[in-house]
Amino acid sequence: MSKPKFAMYWAAACGGCEIAVLNVHEGILDVDANFDVVFWPVAMDAKYKDLEAMPDKSITLTLFNGAIRNDENEHIARVLRAKSQVLVAFGACATQGGIPGLGNLTTKQQILDTAFTTVSTDNPKELRPQPTFKMPEGTLHIPTMYETVRALDQVVPVDYYLPGCPPESEQIAAVIGLVIRALKGEAQLPPAGAVIGAANSTVCDECKRTRGEKTITAFTRMATFQPREDQCLLEQGILCSGMATRGGCGARCPAANMPCVGCYGPAPDVVDHGARMLSAVASVVGSKDPAEIERIMDGIADPAGTFYRFGLPHSLLRASKAAQGQ
Amino acid sequence: MSDTFEPVIVGFTCNWCSYRAADLAGMSRIKYAPNVRLIRLMCSGRLDPQFVFKALAEGADGVLISGCHPGDCHYVEQNYKTMRRFALLKRTLAALGIEPARIKLVWASAAEGNILAEEIDKMVAEVRALGPLNWKHDGRPQTADRGEHAAVGGLRSAVAEVAA
Repeated sequence: MSKPKFAMYWAAACGGCEIAVLNVHEGILDVDANFDVVFWPVAMDAKYKDLEAMPDKSITLTLFNGAIRNDENEHIARVLRAKSQVLVAFGACATQGGIPGLGNLTTKQQILDTAFTTVSTDNPKELRPQPTFKMPEGTLHIPTMYETVRALDQVVPVDYYLPGCPPESEQIAAVIGLVIRALKGEAQLPPAGAVIGAANSTVCDECKRTRGEKTITAFTRMATFQPREDQCLLEQGILCSGMATRGGCGARCPAANMPCVGCYGPAPDVVDHGARMLSAVASVVGSKDPAEIERIMDGIADPAGTFYRFGLPHSLLRASKAAQGQ
Repeated sequence: MSDTFEPVIVGFTCNWCSYRAADLAGMSRIKYAPNVRLIRLMCSGRLDPQFVFKALAEGADGVLISGCHPGDCHYVEQNYKTMRRFALLKRTLAALGIEPARIKLVWASAAEGNILAEEIDKMVAEVRALGPLNWKHDGRPQTADRGEHAAVGGLRSAVAEVAA
């Protein structure tokens, strides 16, 4: 009896998801005991050509972390979709676009300019990465960066979504345990398209802080303000995304006196995370005077970047007008 | 048929004031630009900003939001929430490159059919001058079609494979 096969891949992401998987500690031994790891570039040597040579649907479970921002990401996403029976969008970048998705606020050109020609960069010849380079030994290729960043499910169909930046390790362990039990016929998997390893309510529902009537007369930022540890952060003028964000993390950030940044993505039934966030934040502004409302809103330094911190590619507009080449 | 660009404006009106203002404009034979498609909500406070994003993402060139004057809300003060949300909505859309003139907030009482008509005319002219928004998404779907890939079915076959 051969073991079911397991793969994990890292596309446009920071690598935190891979660390989060290793943070399941001894749980990783269950993965090894129950699965044959066939492709996991971080953990073992692997070649794309070996992956491409595998029969279709031969991998039982693939955890895919990272957004799609270049042609290499997209190619491997398509290959892994074809080779996998169950493809899980793993982490905020794969499910929503994540932090790389903030690149959709600006153009590829501007991103490259910032990276290669600003004062802090030592690049006197103003060299830029070239997708192909001719060497005596042959032509080298590096991946071509796309104009916009996409979430995994905007490129290939995805079976499950496991959100978080990174997903909490106990949630990962629970999901792996569920798949193992399902393989043994001891448990049922949720319907395809489900969000797994997360709660069906908001971060606020898991937050222990006391909540009262909200009227915000000024927004403040963590860098300049020490919030009380028992009162709702939003009530203290800190932009906290808890009310529009899916729970499942145990509200760890508010527990550590930091606001929720929205990494678990939109709460159930929310279509556009940022729109829901701005709606909730604006409605508790404590003024009826248009001029004063504008003054209070001035305290929100970067509305698009704050409300769409993890989900711009998956939002209704998906990218700024400039990023879409308009 | 003229060649001038005719913008599509989605207008959200409240049941108690602004929709009646539009009604009054009609009954009074006040002419206004036919570019606005009015949608009646019970209150402008019902306007979830998601509606605005969806309208713009799916082809609207502008969005008009209209409700009772501040202080006159049928639901006491929900239109103040509209006022606050509109302020933040405009800033967020501006950060995404959408010109502020594409969204407009108009207070109109049930007696102000003429004001609503005037504001609609003004907005249509402004959006016409801006040109089409034509939000395009690179022609890509919001999510790829799951199609034949059904996880539960996929795993069932895996179970059968392991058992064999």
